[in-house]
Amino acid sequence: MVDRTSPVTEDELHAYVDGELPVDRRAAVEAWLMSHPEDAARVSAWRLQADAIRARFGNTVNETVPARLNIETLLRSGRNWRAIAAAIVAVAFLVGGIAGWMARSTTEVVAAVGDPADDLAQRALAAHKLYISEIRHPVEVGAAESHLTPWLSRRVGTQLRFPDFAAFDLKLLGGRLLPGESGPAALLMYENGSGDRITFYISKLEQPQTSFRYYTSDNVAAIRWVVSDYGYVVAGPADKMRLKELARAAFEQLENRAPPPPQNRSSADPAVSRKGG
Amino acid sequence: MMSARARRLGREGFVTGTVRTMSSFRHDVEANVPALRRYARALTRDAELADDLVQDTLVRALRSEHLFHGGEIRSWLFTILTNLNRNRLRSLARRPMTATLEDNDAPDSAGPEAGGRDIERALDLLVDDQRQALLLVVLEGLSYREVADIQGVPIGTVMSRLARARAQIKVYLDGERPALRRVK
Repeated sequence: MVDRTSPVTEDELHAYVDGELPVDRRAAVEAWLMSHPEDAARVSAWRLQADAIRARFGNTVNETVPARLNIETLLRSGRNWRAIAAAIVAVAFLVGGIAGWMARSTTEVVAAVGDPADDLAQRALAAHKLYISEIRHPVEVGAAESHLTPWLSRRVGTQLRFPDFAAFDLKLLGGRLLPGESGPAALLMYENGSGDRITFYISKLEQPQTSFRYYTSDNVAAIRWVVSDYGYVVAGPADKMRLKELARAAFEQLENRAPPPPQNRSSADPAVSRKGG
Repeated sequence: MMSARARRLGREGFVTGTVRTMSSFRHDVEANVPALRRYARALTRDAELADDLVQDTLVRALRSEHLFHGGEIRSWLFTILTNLNRNRLRSLARRPMTATLEDNDAPDSAGPEAGGRDIERALDLLVDDQRQALLLVVLEGLSYREVADIQGVPIGTVMSRLARARAQIKVYLDGERPALRRVK
């Protein structure tokens, strides 16, 4: 059936190296390699590559498997997810109190008790901490789902636009709805390739417009601002410079303009536009 | 609040430990964890990221236990991990050719770690599909048929990915820029 003298193909050389060659072709391939030193060199190079790969990564199987990959642990956390999700609503009601307590000890800016803009930032920080550690359910509705924006917009009560943080290597994962101080709040989560997560929080807040304000709590931090009766918070790892850039990017995109003029009070008035542009 | 949650965890832990024994499905999944970690480590060249991938793979597998009706658990787990990694790369929108290429024209030739680093860099240069195929065959010892199933392509495609991967690694390890034609 098989012609033992037919030329050996490159596929057969690979199959030979990988032990996939039919037995009745082995002798033909071995004879071929004896008389074709270039192919023999390639075959031995491929074998050396395989050896190097196995030498570099093979030892992983001898390591102790980390606890987070323990099957029982994973099963337990899976079963408890629903219970935890139900508890989140309860947590949200406690957030104000907890955040206030944390603010006393750790925040960089200790605000006057009851300042709505600061409450907003604390709520956003608490939500940030709660959800960024979530592996399976970081968001309620994924970014790919077309109803994400309409849904959150309807609930939060304004046409929402979500900042694009692609310039920071951050991709929108999706969002969720949360109870806010004076109505529903939207929490959007972004993630980069290394699992670094940033959240963007929006809620109605009938307060005078403010500039950026920075808060830290443990290893996370937030920057909040208020524009046109809505409060915005960007939260992430406690890296002030980076967070500032993110907040500025979000602010500029949402305001649809170049660098924010801090003293410009007429920006909300669409009638005031640049002339002769 | 926390104590209520802790109590709940404790109770379930108790039930798990005494009443229910681990199903053979879960045993099979567990037995594959070391190999999944190895494959993920080689795919990502990042231990932390690799274990994240394995964790996501396990969560998905355990959640889909009721959907699994026999068959090769190992191939199925590798399929999940391969897809998750592909999603990850897609979301990164990373260029397959990294800066490593320009910065390191020639492989390191000194130091005890040189061999390991060389092969890592060589793997870095491959496009993901080729890297997957090579690692599944060479590191995990899967058959061409299994790799074809995992990648969802014909065996011929697996073989050409393997061939291209090996050719590119050879060029790199031979110390030439991949862009240059080999002159002998």
